Amino acid sequence: MALGTASDKAKRQPIVNARFVEFLTKSWSYLFLLGLVVFFSLTGTGFFSVRNFSSILTTSTLIMLMSIGQTYVVITAGIDLSIGWTVGLSSVTTARVMRDLAAGGADVEYAMLAGVFAGLLVALIPGLVNGLLVARVKVPPFIATLGMFGIVRGAAFLLTDGQQVVRGLSAELREALRGIGNGSLLYHIPDYGLVWFRQPPDLEPTQIRQVSQLLPYPVLITALVVIVFAFILARSKFGRHTYVIGGSEEAARRSGINVDRHLIIIYVICGFTAGIAGVLHLFRFTAGAPQAGEAALLSSVAAVVIGGTNLFGGEGDIMGAVVGSLIIAVLQTGLVILNIDSIWQFIVVGVVIIIAVLVNQLQTALERLQSNV
Amino acid sequence: MSEAILTATGVSKHFGGLTAVDKVDFAVHPGEVVALLGDNGAGKSTLIKCISGVYRPESGRVIFNGVDITYQPPADIRSRGIETIYQDLALAENLDVGANVFLGKEVTRRLFGLLPVTDDSYMRQEASGVLDELDIHIPSLTQKLVNLSGGQRQAVAIARAMYWNAQLVIMDEPTAALGVPEQRKVLALIRSLREGNIPVILISHTMHDVMAVADRMVIMRRGRVVANIPRADATEEIIVRHIVGSAENGENAVMI
Repeated sequence: MALGTASDKAKRQPIVNARFVEFLTKSWSYLFLLGLVVFFSLTGTGFFSVRNFSSILTTSTLIMLMSIGQTYVVITAGIDLSIGWTVGLSSVTTARVMRDLAAGGADVEYAMLAGVFAGLLVALIPGLVNGLLVARVKVPPFIATLGMFGIVRGAAFLLTDGQQVVRGLSAELREALRGIGNGSLLYHIPDYGLVWFRQPPDLEPTQIRQVSQLLPYPVLITALVVIVFAFILARSKFGRHTYVIGGSEEAARRSGINVDRHLIIIYVICGFTAGIAGVLHLFRFTAGAPQAGEAALLSSVAAVVIGGTNLFGGEGDIMGAVVGSLIIAVLQTGLVILNIDSIWQFIVVGVVIIIAVLVNQLQTALERLQSNV
Repeated sequence: MSEAILTATGVSKHFGGLTAVDKVDFAVHPGEVVALLGDNGAGKSTLIKCISGVYRPESGRVIFNGVDITYQPPADIRSRGIETIYQDLALAENLDVGANVFLGKEVTRRLFGLLPVTDDSYMRQEASGVLDELDIHIPSLTQKLVNLSGGQRQAVAIARAMYWNAQLVIMDEPTAALGVPEQRKVLALIRSLREGNIPVILISHTMHDVMAVADRMVIMRRGRVVANIPRADATEEIIVRHIVGSAENGENAVMI
């Protein structure tokens, strides 16, 4: 006996080739990104330059970091609405710890290290609570994280005493933050050459305007986070179990996977990458701001969806989220360069999200057609 | 007949005032397909769950391979070789055949001698081996299960049970959601399990399936076993009569 005999094949053949559809639905976002870059390069002056690409990459880091953790959550058929404020909480916490330690006479390096540690640690708390609510108390992820959205928002503003930023960061501290947040491992300066670590102090004003950051630190840090979490998701047993839970929680439980523990870890990861985003935000803007990630939350979900991750769970990858984040960043920058009102970016991103979901549905529909012959 | 591999004696299970299973004796021998029949609420599913460990019976004993498994948790009973394949199959349809055969028991290898990664090619190869043994042909092992037919998915669930050395397979309505050609394939799979000397308990409402593969029919009614008929003596009429209860009362059988 053979399943999938000749008669089966004859019936299945006429419908569009499954592999081709899968290729198209998987790579359309890559092609779209490429198309956008080509389009803006041809139409916008100054778009096609190392300087601009490096700036686009730096801009994308906030959304990208948030979308990494979000991808894990969405693959388990969940969503985390709280991470926008987790970014802020982490930024504010880091700023306060640094400020207070530096004010107390601690070394700037020590104050920064302790601040980063505190900022990353505090971001795990909302993640942990979200995970416990979703896994143990069976609160729907949308509701649990919406509640956490409000709680974390309030907590972040309490830490700034209701202000828009944490006040009182010393000039020395801000300078040190800027060194990393706006620094680069490698610079290129025309008529000067390549310089490592630090922009040379003896540049002419015209030269300063032409400096290109080849390897900005925020981009390097984000790349490292991308690699680590992409690897875990794609190759490790933990990653595989994430997909199993997204495919069928019941199957995961019956096969002996500790689903509750797994979900808790995933929401903690989501808080963690938001925490990194918050710390980096502080380094880039040298101001601890509660609303640092507010606008980026929905963009991070958009990036995940544009990247082909299925909101119903079970499908998606980190590279998709990376591409999705880049598409949003390219649109933001490209439209500005074309002198188009930046409000248009919302409309364009909105349209792209809807296309992404339609493409995903097309794939599902074709799969159905093929399995229901 | 050889000695029974599974023996349930005097098993009872109550839910409040309702007696779902009432002092049932039930046995399965190596290489036999036993059909468990009965109307809705007759106690088939409850009896099966008492065997697979999902329910704890209030009285009676379940002996499997000489070991008392009555109060063991489901995971332990599974690891002893009793595999239950539910209607929903408990598969991850977003993953391929290899991943599903190794669900929750993924094999890893060391990348660069350091990082543990899932060994997908090994799992695919092993899955392909067990599918061959069952004489199941699946066009592409890298296909996600969602792209396979219902019968093929059923086959993957059976292959998984086989791979992990199932010694008794319990199947709950395995053909219920399938088209006719697919039903035939699943019945053939049940036969090949029997040929491999693996006994099967088959819960089914489909008389045709039961007549086609079962060696013995055990019929339950109101929590009790009311008939135990070898295939040779069974006709659809007799079976239906026992299911609806007219055999006991001496009334004429009502064919449904």
